[in-house]
Order: sequence, then C-alpha cells, then structure tokens
Amino acid sequence: MSSPSVSAAFGGIVRRDLRLAARRKSEPLFTLGFFVLVSSLFPLGLGPEPELLRRIAPGVLWVAALLASMLALGRMFTADYEDGTLEQLALAPVPLVASVGGKVAAHWLVSELPLVLVSPLLALQYGLPADVIALLMISLLIGTPALSLVGAIGAALTLGVRGGGVLVALLVLPLYVPTLIFGAGAVDAGLAGMSSAANLSLLGACLIFATVFAPPAAAAAVRIALE
Amino acid sequence: MSTGLIHWFRYASPQSFYPLAGRMVPWFAWLAGLSAAAGLWIAFFVAPTDAQQGESYRIIFVHVPASWMSMFLYLVMAGWSGLGLVLNTRLSGMMAHAVAPTGALFAFLSLWTGALWGRPTWGAYWVWDARLTSELVLFFLYLGYMALNAAIDDPRRADRATAVLALVGVVNVPIIYFSVQWWNTLHQGASVSLTRAPSMAATMLAGMLVMAFAFWMYSIAAALARVRAIMLEREAHMEWTHKLKEAEA
Repeated sequence: MSSPSVSAAFGGIVRRDLRLAARRKSEPLFTLGFFVLVSSLFPLGLGPEPELLRRIAPGVLWVAALLASMLALGRMFTADYEDGTLEQLALAPVPLVASVGGKVAAHWLVSELPLVLVSPLLALQYGLPADVIALLMISLLIGTPALSLVGAIGAALTLGVRGGGVLVALLVLPLYVPTLIFGAGAVDAGLAGMSSAANLSLLGACLIFATVFAPPAAAAAVRIALE
Repeated sequence: MSTGLIHWFRYASPQSFYPLAGRMVPWFAWLAGLSAAAGLWIAFFVAPTDAQQGESYRIIFVHVPASWMSMFLYLVMAGWSGLGLVLNTRLSGMMAHAVAPTGALFAFLSLWTGALWGRPTWGAYWVWDARLTSELVLFFLYLGYMALNAAIDDPRRADRATAVLALVGVVNVPIIYFSVQWWNTLHQGASVSLTRAPSMAATMLAGMLVMAFAFWMYSIAAALARVRAIMLEREAHMEWTHKLKEAEA
C-alpha cells in the first residue's frame, strides 16, 4: 500500500477539522464573543472620550484578539487527544508534522479568521479612520496565523496536564510578545500617519519563522504527550 | 573504546554523579564566596566614582553580571535540554531543571537592580524599553518552564516537554542581547566588548568580571546542590539511594 502524500494528508486533516467545526457551530462563536466583549469593555471602563479611544484602539484590539486566540488553543488538540485520534495520526505513515500543520491551519480558519473579519466593526466603535482599519485587518491577517502556530506548541505541551488552561497562558503569552509588538506597532504607525512597512515586514518575518519552526516543535510535543 | 570515553560516560548515571557532585559543591561555593567578597571590595572601595552618574552607578557590579548569567544560564538550560532530547540521558533533564531556578533568580535580580539603578539615572523605576521588556519575557519563560515542570507528574515526560519549551524559548536570548543595537532605546549600550577597548575604567571592569566569576561559581554550586536533591527525589526507589541512607544511619 502506498502512503498518501504529505499535501493530501494536510488537506485531509483541514477538511476533516472544518467539517467537525461545521457540525458544532457554537464553539468557534465563543471565541468571537469573547473578542467582541473584551473590546467593548474598555470604552466602558475608560470613558467615552473619542480621542483617548482612538489612541488606544490598536493596542486594545490586538491584545483582545491575542487573548481570544489563546483561549481557543484548548480546542486545538484536546478532543483528538482524548478520543485517540491523535494517536492514530502519530502512527499513520504520513509525517506527523503535516497532520499537525493541517490542524493548525483548520484551527486558524475556524477560530481566528472570524476575529480578523469582525475587527473592522470593533475598530469603527473606536473611531479609527478607514485606512487604519484596513491596516488593522492586514496586520491581524499576518499576525494571527503566527499566534496559532506558536500556540500549537503550548497546546501540545499541556495536553492532559493538570491545570492545562492556565498553564498554556503562562507558556504561550511570552512567546506572543513579538507578534503583539509588531502587529500593534504597524497599526499605531498608520494612526500616527507614518509608514507601517517596517512593522509589517517584521510581522511577516515572525510568521515565516513560526511557519518553519513551530510545526516540528508542536509535532515533537504531541509525540511526548502520547508516550 | 578508549578508557577516557568510559570514564566520562560513567558520570552520566545519577548513581556515580551524586557523590562527585557532593564533592564539588563546597569548592564552588567557597570560590563563589571568596570572589564575591573580592568583587564587592573592588566595587565599593577601589573603583572610582563615575563622572556622570556619581555613586549610583556602583549597582552595575551586581546588575550586569546578573543579566549576563540570566541569559547564559538559559542557554545552559537549553543546551542540557537539547542533549537530553538527543541522547535520552536521565541526567540531562535533571541538570536542566536544576539550572532553571538559579536562572530565574538572576533574571529577577537583574530586573530588580535595574529598577533601583533606573530611578536615579532615568527618573523612573521602569520604562518599557526593548531590553527591559525582553529581560522580563526571559523571566516569564523561566517561570513557564518551571510551571510546566511542576504540572507534569511523570518525570520523564516532564523532562522532554520542558526541553521542547526551553529550546523554543531560546529565540529570546539573542533578542535581549542585541536589543540595544537593533532598537534605539533608553538602555545604554554594552559597556564591555571583546573587540574594542572597554568604555570604562580598568578597575570597574575588573570588579565586574570578578563579580561575574562569583555569580558563575555560585550558579554551579547551586545547580549541583539542587541536582543532588532532584536525584534523590527521583531515584528514591533505587538501590543506591537506599544504600546511601543505610550508610548515613
């Protein structure tokens, strides 16, 4: 029997996870609800001054998106770990890196792409101008895949570990820092009327770096969790 | 196989490393104590007062060596972790765990002394500068490493999981080291360099190097003492630890 190709395995995992998500629609909405709620809390806590809100919008929206994406990490591997699917994937004749990559891609499509799509609405609440809103979307579009990739390492390391939910925050948030700095920095630069090209390039560098190194690390972590 | 190889690999087993570590701890502890005394003497009585910063600069003798050690110990920890993943030796994981608390201590010390130094020179205990932030991230990485280790019950799994985390976090070390060159920040540039003449008085440099040596010796002593405790804890069911207990009784 010939083993399936890496790209076929990757695509198969993505399709399977998307189908699973489509049959259980509510869960991805929790993440989205969290993002919207947290972003709406800041104006309530800080007061409705438009100037202040516009100034803090890039940082607040980025941090809210980052926390929402971190909360979603628990879903990436847990169900498959508990019902033994992950073990089957590890035993399959395809490299585990491809399967893990597929799971990360599906997780991004289900949990994080909605955040990117709803961010213009929240940005309007904060009174950001249209060109900065576009910049926010671009930065989130580049940055959130990097968050998913890095988060996959933390999610895999804490599989079946006591207090996994809080622990994953402690492991993953320090590693999210560069993405947050460059992502929010790009929007901030746009808001100040400067070029955000430098920050976007560095954000892209983060994404490339994460794409190369995170899947093997996450796959190694999955293997350790399965031992 | 040559006898030299056998000799070295013998100490990869906790049973034979335990007594060796026990014999080495006092030596390194004494070296640490003596060189710290010498370094502090240079720092307080020999080194001249700084032209710009007055007496407050003297905290450099703790701050800079502590920062060096916090970064270096992370590399040591990652090195042991990588060795443990590749060779699958028991001792490597134990050494990595033994180094982590000392590294976290130095990262904390570096942040704390930095805050005390920042107040008189910058007018603030804390600024969100690239080097300070990345040192803070390093401290969080140490905490995450220790938390993950504490959360996993099976020691072999804990070894391997924390090893992956340590290797992932190693990206941060060059970021801290080069942050003052990459970003134009408040934190002053490196005062010591191998490639050009140091921008400070020779006695200041000597004091700093002696203090760095003291911290180095302390780290080795603390790590060896801690690894002995970890060995006893993990191998409590083995024969050699029982023999040890009988010998003491």
